[in-house]
Amino acid sequence: MASIGKTMIHVDGLTKNYGSVAAVSGISFDVHAGEVLGFLGPNGAGKTTTMKILTSFLAPTSGRAEIAGYDVFEQSLEARARIGYLPEGTPLYKDMTVLEYLNFIADMRSLPKGATRTRRLRQVVEQCGLGDRLGYIIGELSKGLKQRVGLAQAILHEPEVLILDEPTSGLDPNQIVEIRQVIKDIGASKTVIFSTHIMQEVQATCSRVLIISKGRIAADGSPDELQRKAHGQPEIVVELCGDAALAREGLKSVGSVTDVRDLQADEGTAKDGHRFLVLAKDGSDPRGEIFRMASQKGLLLTELRRERASLEEVFRNLTSTGLPSDSAKPN
Amino acid sequence: MMKNITTIARRELGAYFNSPIAYVVVAVFLLLSALLFFSALFIQAQAELRELFDGFWTTLLVAIVGPAITMRLLAEERSNETLETLLTLPVTDWQVVAGKYLAAVGLFGFAMVMMLFFGVTVAMLGPLDKGPAFAGFLGLFLVGSTYMAVGLMTSSFTKNQIVAFIGAVLICLMMWLIGKVVQVFPPTVQPFLDWLGVDRHLGNMARGVIDTRDLLYFGTLITSCLLVTQATLESRRWR
Repeated sequence: MASIGKTMIHVDGLTKNYGSVAAVSGISFDVHAGEVLGFLGPNGAGKTTTMKILTSFLAPTSGRAEIAGYDVFEQSLEARARIGYLPEGTPLYKDMTVLEYLNFIADMRSLPKGATRTRRLRQVVEQCGLGDRLGYIIGELSKGLKQRVGLAQAILHEPEVLILDEPTSGLDPNQIVEIRQVIKDIGASKTVIFSTHIMQEVQATCSRVLIISKGRIAADGSPDELQRKAHGQPEIVVELCGDAALAREGLKSVGSVTDVRDLQADEGTAKDGHRFLVLAKDGSDPRGEIFRMASQKGLLLTELRRERASLEEVFRNLTSTGLPSDSAKPN
Repeated sequence: MMKNITTIARRELGAYFNSPIAYVVVAVFLLLSALLFFSALFIQAQAELRELFDGFWTTLLVAIVGPAITMRLLAEERSNETLETLLTLPVTDWQVVAGKYLAAVGLFGFAMVMMLFFGVTVAMLGPLDKGPAFAGFLGLFLVGSTYMAVGLMTSSFTKNQIVAFIGAVLICLMMWLIGKVVQVFPPTVQPFLDWLGVDRHLGNMARGVIDTRDLLYFGTLITSCLLVTQATLESRRWR
């Protein structure tokens, strides 16, 4: 087991050009043991290309990458032995049964036959919820189950690093929650990278996020950090009961407040209540003053809440350029 | 190391027998070769195997059956995108090529073993000239193996199985034809083209002569095709 802090994935100046199109441009980052890293980015940003390089499927145009200290190009076989990989679209051999397929992968991964393998298969099957489907032909499984078979194949040999390309794409919300839980469980003891363009996934599962856009890293940090950095200007939601005009005036009178906007009342709004969105100066926190102002003016304060930038806004700010151009998604 | 090769070979053989294609191909092969054999037996009243092993029709048959067996081996992996899972396992490109080739040869070998019944039939009718029979059998097997190496190679070039099939058939027919039309070419290349033609080498073996030069011919062609296949797999990394 790798000790916490050990660099499991090291990427240095990775570049991949397809003809004149730069799919990946000088990407560098490190992932340490035990981290669950979310690769966030619009389609065509370079997430899949980066993963294909990490798994030795593609060779980079320049730059290098290491998995657990092994260069993915020079020591490809050793690197691959330590990776569990689920490619985009979960390609599987549709003519085999689930058990046959897992045994095939087990053979290719040199898992010793006999009691050890049976035990490991049982563990994986349970963890991925494949219990009664071992005899089913893969081609006949639902998408959710296929995804779980793909996941099972990836973790079968207990790899130190798990690389998952859009593991929840095409799944319905129930299935997504299940897969996310499996990823989280695995992430407790292994290093995981997975790519997605769904924000909630990242927030729910990752300890760290890498936002990639147009082949470059646009942001790197924990979901909290990114949200904090993006929203310099605080937004406060306030609900006051009493006279609306008085409330509005009172809010405007607070020193750091720059703007007060009316908000629609919602089902929870108290009788006689009015909701406002208060914008304040960068870096300030007017909540204390709002509280005092309300009690001074005799207004009942029923809600005082700070709005945080959603990860979605962070994402859009960093990656939007209008409509995505037809960056030829290479094959 | 060998383990990976046999694991892949086993999986491919399983895949063959999970689909109707293998059964159809083997059945058609046996049916048509039986037709050829028994027409020689009854019509010409000759209990002989040479015509079977060396004849034009048999060679044509193998030039179609061989590519039919191999056409899916790599083209299907690419079109299903399963090649990505396979090549990111700790396995070398060569092991993948060798494993798949082994499966194809195994399937073809299995079909040819059925042909032993023809030998048995002849032996029951009269003295069987064992030397030429064995050599002819081996020769046909080597021709099939060569054609399948070509087929595996074309399968690595494309995602489309039909294109792989047609391409291989054309190359195999060309290899057979070229020995026949050597005269057309300038004298300087004639010896080489003569060597390249399949029929001369097969003819030698059907007559009962197992010459190392013929074995070398088959070995060279098979190895060359497999190496090209390996190089093709490797090259997709750089695209």
